[in-house]
Amino acid sequence: MINIGETLLNLWNDSGFARIITGFLSENGWQNLVMIAVGCFLLWLAISKKFEPLLLTGIAFGCILTNLPGVGMYHQELWDQFMRHEIGFGDIMLQGGLLDYFYIGVKSSVYPCLIFIGVGAMTDFGPLLSNPKSLLLGAAAQLGVFLAFFAARATGAFDALEAAAIGIIGGADGPTAIFLTSKLAPHLLGPIAVAAYSYMALIPFIQPPIMKALTTPEMRKVKMVQTRTVSKTEKIIFPIVVGIFVALLLPSTGALIGCLMLGNLLKETGVTDRLSDTVQNALMNIVTILLSLSVGATMVGSTFLTVQTLLIIVLGVIAFMISTTGGMLGGVIMYKVTKGKVNPLIGSAGVSAVPMAARVSNTVGQKYNPSNFLLMHAMGPNVAGVIGSAIAAGFLLSMFGG
Amino acid sequence: MMFLSTEINSAGAGLAALLGYGVVFLGLIALMLVVIAVGKFFQARDQKKNTEPSVEAPVAPQEVAPAPTAPGSAGGVKLYDVEPKTAAMLMAIVADQMGKPLNELRFISIKEVK
Repeated sequence: MINIGETLLNLWNDSGFARIITGFLSENGWQNLVMIAVGCFLLWLAISKKFEPLLLTGIAFGCILTNLPGVGMYHQELWDQFMRHEIGFGDIMLQGGLLDYFYIGVKSSVYPCLIFIGVGAMTDFGPLLSNPKSLLLGAAAQLGVFLAFFAARATGAFDALEAAAIGIIGGADGPTAIFLTSKLAPHLLGPIAVAAYSYMALIPFIQPPIMKALTTPEMRKVKMVQTRTVSKTEKIIFPIVVGIFVALLLPSTGALIGCLMLGNLLKETGVTDRLSDTVQNALMNIVTILLSLSVGATMVGSTFLTVQTLLIIVLGVIAFMISTTGGMLGGVIMYKVTKGKVNPLIGSAGVSAVPMAARVSNTVGQKYNPSNFLLMHAMGPNVAGVIGSAIAAGFLLSMFGG
Repeated sequence: MMFLSTEINSAGAGLAALLGYGVVFLGLIALMLVVIAVGKFFQARDQKKNTEPSVEAPVAPQEVAPAPTAPGSAGGVKLYDVEPKTAAMLMAIVADQMGKPLNELRFISIKEVK
């Protein structure tokens, strides 16, 4: 005979509502409530303001799911044990929830690398090949990575591993930031990923004031001559050469650069169109869902609502601004060296954020000279920035974690 | 392999930052040199191909009378690997971006950069 009263009482006690009412305040449950509100705010940003909606929607929803009491989709304590080498992936598969399973893809670096295959397949390295000096701007724009790393360590609030993970926000490259953070400071993955993707969405607001401050109107009006045509064979050889060369130079970048170049090779060969199409669309979309949900799952109230998160948000925007400044200074130097043949506005595109940063260079240039089309010229430094930030991540990984 | 202690102080972090920035520059400069070398090789090869005389007997070029332009048009535009529809769209976009009527602009050629 079913005791209806007792069954209903058990159902009520198992429900999240009961947990909110009974133990939430005493067990720091208020933090989860705040995080649910943060998740809703991020959803609003993604849907209404269109801030990186493809990623932020998943991150925000993952944040809400992970903070719902009693749902048990993500277990921070399991990952803490994993980090102390007390348990392995097998234990997580046995004891974890759905988001724990998804998160294995982040922890094993599978998702960032798969995303890089898609990015490679969507990237045209033609502008970079026709103007290889763009690589210097991609290097110059990594300034923010290292200054933010130094600043984070100098605050004393972060150890060197955490500082390195924070610094990579300045690379303006989401998958690279997630790749490095999951290796060096996985407990900071939530705030770092949110900061990186939010600032990337804010590039049209962050960069133009810096671009204007560092250039004169004459500099901004410079029209760049069309670069040479790149043959198909060159485009096929490029990913092979870069993949081998960079992986040999910094083996810790092998996974990221290897995947980026594989994706690009699939696009350029002309004989793997089906694969190229799959990695650009289906695979990219699937991994984006898994990656964003996993990152959102790490935004547990007890680890997210800290002074460290606030510092990461501040240091992240500083890193972005310094990287833009570094790229712009590189552009100004190239303008001087070439006696006005290079428009320094393309320097800001040296931060990765493909193709948003290149679009910003083009838009700012056209404000001062409507007949100036800088987009293709800015794409060179832009894709160079992707390689540059991967090398920066590889260096930090070699130094502190590899 | 981990080269540095995670407990480095600010001075050590500053040194690591300088070193890292230098490594990124060196890596990309080296890559730039490789890309330039590969580019030069292909440019030289293409030039050689273009200067080599064709094995087949040269065909006398046929004189083709230029097609009369439509009244009021600014002349012909040469299209290289570009569909007329795409060219029309590009010209319209350029005119729109420049804020000038299309018939006041003169397009000489449109070429697809591959």
